[in-house]
Amino acid sequence: MIPAAFEYVRADSRGHAVALVAEHGDDAKLLAGGMSLLPLMKLRLATPAVVVDVGRLRDLSYVVDGGDHVSIGALTRHRDLEVSELLAAECGVLRAVAAQVGDPQVRHRGTLGGSAAHGDPAADLPAALVALDATFVAGGPGGERIISASDMFRGFLETALAPDELLTEIRVPKSGPSGFSFQKFNRRAQDYAIVGAVAARVGGATNVALVNMGGTPLRAVAVEEALAGGAPLADAARFAAEGTDPPADANASVEFREHLARVLVHRALEAAAG
Amino acid sequence: MRVAMTVNGVVREHDVEPRTMLVEYLREFCGLTGTKVGCDTSSCGACTVLVDGESVKSCTMLAAQADGADVTTIEGLATDGALHRVQQAFHEQHGLQCGFCTAGMVMASVSLLSEIPAPTEADVRLGLEGNLCRCTGYHNIVKSVLAAAEGAPA
Repeated sequence: MIPAAFEYVRADSRGHAVALVAEHGDDAKLLAGGMSLLPLMKLRLATPAVVVDVGRLRDLSYVVDGGDHVSIGALTRHRDLEVSELLAAECGVLRAVAAQVGDPQVRHRGTLGGSAAHGDPAADLPAALVALDATFVAGGPGGERIISASDMFRGFLETALAPDELLTEIRVPKSGPSGFSFQKFNRRAQDYAIVGAVAARVGGATNVALVNMGGTPLRAVAVEEALAGGAPLADAARFAAEGTDPPADANASVEFREHLARVLVHRALEAAAG
Repeated sequence: MRVAMTVNGVVREHDVEPRTMLVEYLREFCGLTGTKVGCDTSSCGACTVLVDGESVKSCTMLAAQADGADVTTIEGLATDGALHRVQQAFHEQHGLQCGFCTAGMVMASVSLLSEIPAPTEADVRLGLEGNLCRCTGYHNIVKSVLAAAEGAPA
Protein backbone atom coordinates (compact mmCIF):
# COMPACT_ATOMS: atom_id res chain seq x y z
CA MET A 1 0.00 0.00 0.00
CA ILE A 2 1.30 3.37 -1.00
CA PRO A 3 0.20 6.71 0.46
CA ALA A 4 -1.14 9.43 -1.79
CA ALA A 5 1.64 11.73 -2.97
CA PHE A 6 2.64 14.49 -0.58
CA GLU A 7 5.32 17.10 -0.10
CA TYR A 8 7.79 16.23 2.67
CA VAL A 9 9.36 18.98 4.76
CA ARG A 10 11.68 18.38 7.69
CA ALA A 11 11.42 20.87 10.53
CA ASP A 12 14.76 21.84 12.04
CA SER A 13 13.36 23.64 15.09
CA ARG A 14 10.03 23.92 16.87
CA GLY A 15 9.67 27.46 15.52
CA HIS A 16 10.24 26.16 12.00
CA ALA A 17 7.61 23.44 12.57
CA VAL A 18 5.04 25.98 13.74
CA ALA A 19 5.82 28.29 10.80
CA LEU A 20 5.38 25.39 8.37
CA VAL A 21 2.01 24.27 9.74
CA ALA A 22 0.87 27.89 9.98
CA GLU A 23 1.77 28.33 6.31
CA HIS A 24 0.03 25.18 5.09
CA GLY A 25 -2.90 25.06 7.54
CA ASP A 26 -5.29 22.14 7.17
CA ASP A 27 -3.29 20.75 4.23
CA ALA A 28 -0.39 19.88 6.56
CA LYS A 29 0.08 17.10 9.08
CA LEU A 30 2.83 16.88 11.66
CA LEU A 31 4.74 13.59 11.56
CA ALA A 32 6.42 12.40 14.77
CA GLY A 33 7.16 8.65 14.95
CA GLY A 34 4.50 7.91 12.35
CA MET A 35 3.04 4.86 14.08
CA SER A 36 -0.51 6.20 13.77
CA LEU A 37 -0.29 8.64 10.87
CA LEU A 38 1.58 6.47 8.36
CA PRO A 39 -0.88 3.52 8.54
CA LEU A 40 -3.74 6.00 7.99
CA MET A 41 -1.90 7.47 5.01
CA LYS A 42 -1.19 4.04 3.54
CA LEU A 43 -4.90 3.23 3.77
CA ARG A 44 -5.56 6.72 2.31
CA LEU A 45 -7.78 7.56 5.23
CA ALA A 46 -5.43 10.52 5.64
CA THR A 47 -4.16 12.36 2.55
CA PRO A 48 -2.20 15.40 3.74
CA ALA A 49 -0.68 17.51 0.96
CA VAL A 50 2.28 18.41 3.17
CA VAL A 51 3.94 16.26 5.82
CA VAL A 52 6.00 18.23 8.32
CA ASP A 53 8.46 15.83 9.93
CA VAL A 54 9.24 16.91 13.49
CA GLY A 55 10.85 13.57 14.33
CA ARG A 56 14.35 15.03 14.52
CA LEU A 57 13.64 17.72 17.08
CA ARG A 58 15.72 15.93 19.69
CA ASP A 59 15.35 18.84 22.12
CA LEU A 60 11.73 17.68 22.52
CA SER A 61 12.82 14.26 23.82
CA TYR A 62 13.37 14.24 27.58
CA VAL A 63 12.00 13.06 30.93
CA VAL A 64 12.89 15.54 33.69
CA ASP A 65 11.90 16.32 37.26
CA GLY A 66 9.63 19.37 37.35
CA GLY A 67 9.21 19.58 41.15
CA ASP A 68 5.68 18.33 41.85
CA HIS A 69 5.44 16.82 38.38
CA VAL A 70 7.47 15.05 35.71
CA SER A 71 7.95 16.94 32.44
CA ILE A 72 8.12 14.84 29.30
CA GLY A 73 9.10 16.16 25.89
CA ALA A 74 6.43 15.48 23.28
CA LEU A 75 8.85 13.52 21.09
CA THR A 76 9.92 11.15 23.85
CA ARG A 77 9.48 7.63 22.51
CA HIS A 78 7.52 4.93 24.30
CA ARG A 79 10.78 2.99 24.60
CA ASP A 80 12.39 5.92 26.44
CA LEU A 81 9.45 6.03 28.86
CA GLU A 82 9.69 2.27 29.33
CA VAL A 83 13.33 2.48 30.52
CA SER A 84 13.15 5.81 32.38
CA GLU A 85 14.17 5.33 36.03
CA LEU A 86 12.81 8.76 36.91
CA LEU A 87 9.41 7.86 35.51
CA ALA A 88 9.44 4.45 37.22
CA ALA A 89 10.07 6.15 40.57
CA GLU A 90 7.80 9.18 40.21
CA CYS A 91 4.99 8.10 37.89
CA GLY A 92 5.16 4.34 37.58
CA VAL A 93 1.76 4.09 35.95
CA LEU A 94 2.84 5.98 32.82
CA ARG A 95 5.97 3.83 32.50
CA ALA A 96 3.88 0.67 32.84
CA VAL A 97 1.32 1.77 30.26
CA ALA A 98 4.02 2.86 27.78
CA ALA A 99 5.61 -0.59 28.09
CA GLN A 100 2.38 -2.20 26.85
CA VAL A 101 1.83 -0.10 23.75
CA GLY A 102 1.95 -2.09 20.50
CA ASP A 103 5.17 -4.08 20.28
CA PRO A 104 8.90 -3.29 20.62
CA GLN A 105 9.19 -2.06 17.03
CA VAL A 106 6.29 0.36 17.56
CA ARG A 107 7.74 1.53 20.88
CA HIS A 108 11.07 2.28 19.19
CA ARG A 109 9.35 4.81 16.92
CA GLY A 110 6.12 6.00 18.55
CA THR A 111 6.13 9.09 20.77
CA LEU A 112 4.04 10.23 23.74
CA GLY A 113 3.17 13.51 22.06
CA GLY A 114 2.29 11.78 18.82
CA SER A 115 -0.09 9.45 20.62
CA ALA A 116 -1.69 12.32 22.54
CA ALA A 117 -2.04 14.54 19.46
CA HIS A 118 -3.56 11.68 17.47
CA GLY A 119 -6.28 11.37 20.12
CA ASP A 120 -7.29 7.78 19.47
CA PRO A 121 -9.75 6.57 22.13
CA ALA A 122 -8.47 3.01 21.57
CA ALA A 123 -4.88 3.98 22.40
CA ASP A 124 -3.43 3.25 25.83
CA LEU A 125 -1.42 6.39 26.61
CA PRO A 126 -4.15 9.02 26.16
CA ALA A 127 -6.24 7.18 28.77
CA ALA A 128 -3.28 7.10 31.16
CA LEU A 129 -2.79 10.85 30.65
CA VAL A 130 -6.49 11.43 31.35
CA ALA A 131 -6.28 9.30 34.51
CA LEU A 132 -3.31 11.38 35.65
CA ASP A 133 -4.90 14.77 34.89
CA ALA A 134 -1.85 15.52 32.78
CA THR A 135 -1.30 18.98 31.37
CA PHE A 136 -0.25 19.62 27.79
CA VAL A 137 1.98 22.45 26.58
CA ALA A 138 1.38 23.60 23.02
CA GLY A 139 3.29 26.19 21.02
CA GLY A 140 1.74 28.20 18.18
CA PRO A 141 2.28 31.44 16.30
CA GLY A 142 0.90 33.36 19.30
CA GLY A 143 3.15 31.69 21.85
CA GLU A 144 2.65 28.92 24.34
CA ARG A 145 -0.49 27.74 26.13
CA ILE A 146 -1.41 25.06 28.63
CA ILE A 147 -4.23 22.60 27.94
CA SER A 148 -5.75 20.47 30.70
CA ALA A 149 -6.45 16.77 30.21
CA SER A 150 -10.19 17.43 30.54
CA ASP A 151 -9.98 19.90 27.62
CA MET A 152 -7.49 18.03 25.45
CA PHE A 153 -9.57 15.18 24.00
CA ARG A 154 -12.59 16.55 22.15
CA GLY A 155 -13.81 13.66 19.97
CA PHE A 156 -12.69 10.74 17.84
CA LEU A 157 -9.13 11.62 16.67
CA GLU A 158 -9.90 15.21 17.63
CA THR A 159 -7.97 17.24 20.21
CA ALA A 160 -7.86 20.83 21.43
CA LEU A 161 -4.68 21.42 19.42
CA ALA A 162 -5.11 23.97 16.63
CA PRO A 163 -3.82 23.09 13.14
CA ASP A 164 -0.94 25.55 13.63
CA GLU A 165 0.05 24.34 17.09
CA LEU A 166 2.81 21.93 18.06
CA LEU A 167 2.46 19.87 21.23
CA THR A 168 5.81 20.31 22.97
CA GLU A 169 5.52 18.91 26.49
CA ILE A 170 3.34 16.72 28.69
CA ARG A 171 3.39 17.14 32.48
CA VAL A 172 2.24 14.36 34.77
CA PRO A 173 1.84 14.64 38.55
CA LYS A 174 4.19 12.63 40.71
CA SER A 175 2.16 9.64 41.82
CA GLY A 176 4.94 7.33 42.95
CA PRO A 177 6.32 3.99 41.87
CA SER A 178 3.24 1.92 42.81
CA GLY A 179 -0.48 2.14 43.57
CA PHE A 180 -1.66 1.73 40.00
CA SER A 181 -2.82 -0.88 37.52
CA PHE A 182 -3.40 -1.05 33.79
CA GLN A 183 -5.74 -3.80 32.62
CA LYS A 184 -5.73 -4.26 28.87
CA PHE A 185 -8.05 -6.78 27.24
CA ASN A 186 -7.33 -7.94 23.72
CA ARG A 187 -7.49 -11.20 21.82
CA ARG A 188 -4.07 -11.19 20.17
CA ALA A 189 -0.64 -9.97 21.18
CA GLN A 190 0.12 -6.37 20.09
CA ASP A 191 -3.54 -5.55 19.30
CA TYR A 192 -5.24 -2.40 20.47
CA ALA A 193 -7.27 -2.86 23.64
CA ILE A 194 -10.85 -3.98 23.04
CA VAL A 195 -11.32 -2.26 26.40
CA GLY A 196 -8.69 -1.04 28.84
CA ALA A 197 -8.83 0.35 32.37
CA VAL A 198 -6.22 2.48 34.16
CA ALA A 199 -6.45 2.98 37.92
CA ALA A 200 -3.93 5.18 39.70
CA ARG A 201 -3.71 6.69 43.15
CA VAL A 202 -2.93 10.38 42.63
CA GLY A 203 -2.70 12.56 45.72
CA GLY A 204 -5.28 11.11 48.09
CA ALA A 205 -7.71 9.95 45.42
CA THR A 206 -8.03 6.98 43.09
CA ASN A 207 -8.39 8.06 39.48
CA VAL A 208 -9.83 5.70 36.88
CA ALA A 209 -9.81 6.06 33.09
CA LEU A 210 -11.09 3.86 30.28
CA VAL A 211 -9.67 2.92 26.88
CA ASN A 212 -12.01 2.42 23.93
CA MET A 213 -15.29 3.11 25.76
CA GLY A 214 -16.32 6.16 23.73
CA GLY A 215 -15.14 8.78 21.25
CA THR A 216 -12.39 9.93 23.62
CA PRO A 217 -10.46 8.41 26.51
CA LEU A 218 -12.86 8.73 29.44
CA ARG A 219 -12.66 9.18 33.20
CA ALA A 220 -14.88 6.71 35.03
CA VAL A 221 -16.41 9.52 37.07
CA ALA A 222 -19.15 7.43 38.71
CA VAL A 223 -16.57 4.91 39.91
CA GLU A 224 -14.37 7.66 41.35
CA GLU A 225 -17.34 9.25 43.14
CA ALA A 226 -18.37 5.91 44.63
CA LEU A 227 -14.83 5.34 45.86
CA ALA A 228 -14.67 8.84 47.33
CA GLY A 229 -17.93 8.07 49.11
CA GLY A 230 -16.36 5.01 50.72
CA ALA A 231 -17.87 2.28 48.54
CA PRO A 232 -16.06 -1.08 48.50
CA LEU A 233 -14.02 -1.63 45.33
CA ALA A 234 -16.38 -4.25 43.90
CA ASP A 235 -19.38 -1.96 44.37
CA ALA A 236 -17.64 1.06 42.85
CA ALA A 237 -16.56 -0.98 39.81
CA ARG A 238 -20.21 -1.70 38.96
CA PHE A 239 -20.49 1.94 37.81
CA ALA A 240 -17.66 1.56 35.26
CA ALA A 241 -19.90 1.72 32.17
CA GLU A 242 -21.90 4.73 33.39
CA GLY A 243 -21.57 7.74 31.12
CA THR A 244 -19.72 5.78 28.43
CA ASP A 245 -20.62 5.37 24.77
CA PRO A 246 -18.66 2.35 23.58
CA PRO A 247 -18.45 1.34 19.93
CA ALA A 248 -19.70 -1.98 18.55
CA ASP A 249 -17.40 -3.68 16.06
CA ALA A 250 -16.16 -7.09 14.94
CA ASN A 251 -14.39 -7.58 18.29
CA ALA A 252 -17.15 -6.73 20.74
CA SER A 253 -20.72 -5.52 21.10
CA VAL A 254 -21.66 -2.52 23.23
CA GLU A 255 -22.90 -4.84 25.97
CA PHE A 256 -19.69 -6.88 25.98
CA ARG A 257 -17.60 -3.71 26.23
CA GLU A 258 -19.72 -2.51 29.15
CA HIS A 259 -19.19 -5.87 30.83
CA LEU A 260 -15.45 -5.69 30.17
CA ALA A 261 -15.27 -2.18 31.61
CA ARG A 262 -16.84 -3.36 34.89
CA VAL A 263 -14.59 -6.42 35.13
CA LEU A 264 -11.39 -4.62 34.15
CA VAL A 265 -12.05 -1.65 36.45
CA HIS A 266 -12.65 -4.07 39.32
CA ARG A 267 -9.36 -5.84 38.58
CA ALA A 268 -7.53 -2.53 38.21
CA LEU A 269 -8.89 -1.22 41.52
CA GLU A 270 -7.92 -4.42 43.35
CA ALA A 271 -4.44 -4.39 41.86
CA ALA A 272 -3.92 -0.67 42.50
CA ALA A 273 -4.99 -1.11 46.12
CA GLY A 274 -2.77 -4.15 46.63
CA MET B 1 13.86 14.07 -2.92
CA ARG B 2 17.41 12.89 -2.20
CA VAL B 3 17.94 10.40 0.63
CA ALA B 4 21.19 8.90 1.80
CA MET B 5 21.75 6.29 4.46
CA THR B 6 24.25 3.66 5.45
CA VAL B 7 22.82 0.23 4.67
CA ASN B 8 24.83 -2.73 5.96
CA GLY B 9 27.93 -0.55 6.13
CA VAL B 10 27.60 0.87 2.62
CA VAL B 11 26.44 4.42 1.91
CA ARG B 12 23.41 4.39 -0.40
CA GLU B 13 21.96 7.48 -2.03
CA HIS B 14 18.94 7.76 -4.30
CA ASP B 15 16.26 10.11 -5.53
CA VAL B 16 12.92 8.89 -4.17
CA GLU B 17 9.36 10.09 -3.94
CA PRO B 18 8.62 11.31 -0.40
CA ARG B 19 6.00 8.54 -0.04
CA THR B 20 8.59 5.79 -0.52
CA MET B 21 8.55 3.46 2.46
CA LEU B 22 11.86 2.26 3.87
CA VAL B 23 11.08 -1.35 2.93
CA GLU B 24 10.47 -0.33 -0.68
CA TYR B 25 13.70 1.65 -0.64
CA LEU B 26 15.65 -1.36 0.64
CA ARG B 27 14.08 -3.86 -1.77
CA GLU B 28 13.61 -1.83 -4.95
CA PHE B 29 16.36 0.79 -4.79
CA CYS B 30 19.06 -1.14 -2.92
CA GLY B 31 18.13 -4.59 -4.28
CA LEU B 32 18.08 -6.07 -0.78
CA THR B 33 15.11 -8.43 -1.01
CA GLY B 34 15.89 -10.37 2.18
CA THR B 35 13.51 -8.01 3.99
CA LYS B 36 9.95 -9.12 3.25
CA VAL B 37 6.66 -7.28 2.99
CA GLY B 38 4.07 -9.36 4.82
CA CYS B 39 0.93 -7.63 6.04
CA ASP B 40 2.05 -4.13 4.99
CA THR B 41 0.10 -2.77 7.99
CA SER B 42 2.81 -2.89 10.72
CA SER B 43 1.29 -5.98 12.33
CA CYS B 44 3.34 -8.97 11.17
CA GLY B 45 6.94 -7.80 11.58
CA ALA B 46 8.27 -9.55 8.45
CA CYS B 47 9.74 -6.21 7.35
CA THR B 48 11.68 -5.65 10.59
CA VAL B 49 15.12 -4.06 10.13
CA LEU B 50 17.44 -2.21 12.49
CA VAL B 51 17.60 1.57 12.30
CA ASP B 52 20.46 2.90 14.41
CA GLY B 53 20.54 -0.48 16.13
CA GLU B 54 16.87 -0.71 17.06
CA SER B 55 14.15 -2.83 15.47
CA VAL B 56 11.55 -0.99 13.39
CA LYS B 57 8.88 -2.06 10.93
CA SER B 58 10.20 -0.77 7.63
CA CYS B 59 6.75 -0.88 5.99
CA THR B 60 5.67 1.90 8.35
CA MET B 61 8.64 4.24 8.13
CA LEU B 62 9.39 6.60 5.29
CA ALA B 63 12.76 6.28 3.60
CA ALA B 64 12.96 10.02 4.27
CA GLN B 65 12.73 9.36 8.02
CA ALA B 66 15.76 7.06 7.74
CA ASP B 67 17.78 9.67 5.83
CA GLY B 68 21.21 9.79 7.47
CA ALA B 69 20.57 6.70 9.59
CA ASP B 70 22.52 3.48 9.95
CA VAL B 71 20.31 0.65 8.66
CA THR B 72 20.96 -3.07 9.04
CA THR B 73 19.02 -5.72 7.12
CA ILE B 74 19.27 -9.51 7.26
CA GLU B 75 21.92 -9.33 4.51
CA GLY B 76 24.13 -7.29 6.83
CA LEU B 77 24.34 -9.69 9.76
CA ALA B 78 26.83 -12.30 8.58
CA THR B 79 30.51 -11.35 8.63
CA ASP B 80 33.03 -12.90 6.25
CA GLY B 81 30.68 -15.72 5.40
CA ALA B 82 30.06 -16.63 9.05
CA LEU B 83 26.45 -16.46 10.18
CA HIS B 84 25.53 -14.10 13.02
CA ARG B 85 24.98 -16.07 16.26
CA VAL B 86 21.22 -15.47 16.02
CA GLN B 87 21.15 -16.79 12.43
CA GLN B 88 23.26 -19.77 13.50
CA ALA B 89 20.89 -20.49 16.39
CA PHE B 90 17.82 -20.35 14.10
CA HIS B 91 19.62 -22.84 11.85
CA GLU B 92 20.58 -25.21 14.64
CA GLN B 93 17.29 -25.06 16.53
CA HIS B 94 15.19 -25.28 13.35
CA GLY B 95 13.60 -21.91 14.13
CA LEU B 96 11.82 -21.70 10.79
CA GLN B 97 9.70 -23.61 8.34
CA CYS B 98 8.64 -21.63 5.26
CA GLY B 99 11.09 -18.85 6.08
CA PHE B 100 8.91 -15.87 5.19
CA CYS B 101 8.90 -14.39 8.70
CA THR B 102 12.48 -15.39 9.40
CA ALA B 103 14.36 -12.26 8.36
CA GLY B 104 12.05 -10.17 10.54
CA MET B 105 12.23 -12.65 13.41
CA VAL B 106 16.02 -12.64 13.33
CA MET B 107 16.25 -8.84 13.20
CA ALA B 108 13.72 -8.45 16.04
CA SER B 109 15.72 -11.02 18.03
CA VAL B 110 19.00 -9.18 17.46
CA SER B 111 17.37 -5.99 18.73
CA LEU B 112 15.83 -7.81 21.70
CA LEU B 113 19.16 -9.36 22.71
CA SER B 114 20.88 -5.97 22.53
CA GLU B 115 18.32 -4.67 25.04
CA ILE B 116 18.08 -7.85 27.17
CA PRO B 117 21.28 -9.88 26.68
CA ALA B 118 20.15 -12.78 28.89
CA PRO B 119 16.36 -12.94 28.52
CA THR B 120 13.95 -15.38 30.13
CA GLU B 121 11.59 -17.36 27.94
CA ALA B 122 8.85 -14.89 28.89
CA ASP B 123 11.08 -11.96 27.84
CA VAL B 124 11.57 -13.60 24.44
CA ARG B 125 7.89 -14.29 23.90
CA LEU B 126 6.96 -10.71 24.86
CA GLY B 127 9.92 -9.29 22.93
CA LEU B 128 8.78 -11.01 19.73
CA GLU B 129 5.19 -9.85 20.20
CA GLY B 130 5.46 -7.78 17.04
CA ASN B 131 6.40 -10.70 14.78
CA LEU B 132 3.98 -13.29 13.46
CA CYS B 133 4.88 -16.79 12.27
CA ARG B 134 2.19 -18.97 10.75
CA CYS B 135 4.25 -22.22 10.58
CA THR B 136 6.21 -22.96 13.69
CA GLY B 137 3.94 -22.24 16.63
CA TYR B 138 6.89 -20.09 17.83
CA HIS B 139 8.36 -22.87 19.97
CA ASN B 140 11.59 -23.34 18.05
CA ILE B 141 11.92 -19.62 17.41
CA VAL B 142 11.91 -19.00 21.15
CA LYS B 143 14.42 -21.84 21.61
CA SER B 144 16.63 -20.25 18.95
CA VAL B 145 16.68 -16.86 20.66
CA LEU B 146 17.42 -18.43 24.04
CA ALA B 147 20.25 -20.43 22.46
CA ALA B 148 21.72 -17.24 21.01
CA ALA B 149 21.50 -15.35 24.31
CA GLU B 150 24.44 -14.39 26.48
CA GLY B 151 25.46 -17.22 28.77
CA ALA B 152 23.59 -19.88 26.81
CA PRO B 153 25.50 -23.16 26.44
CA ALA B 154 27.50 -23.07 23.20
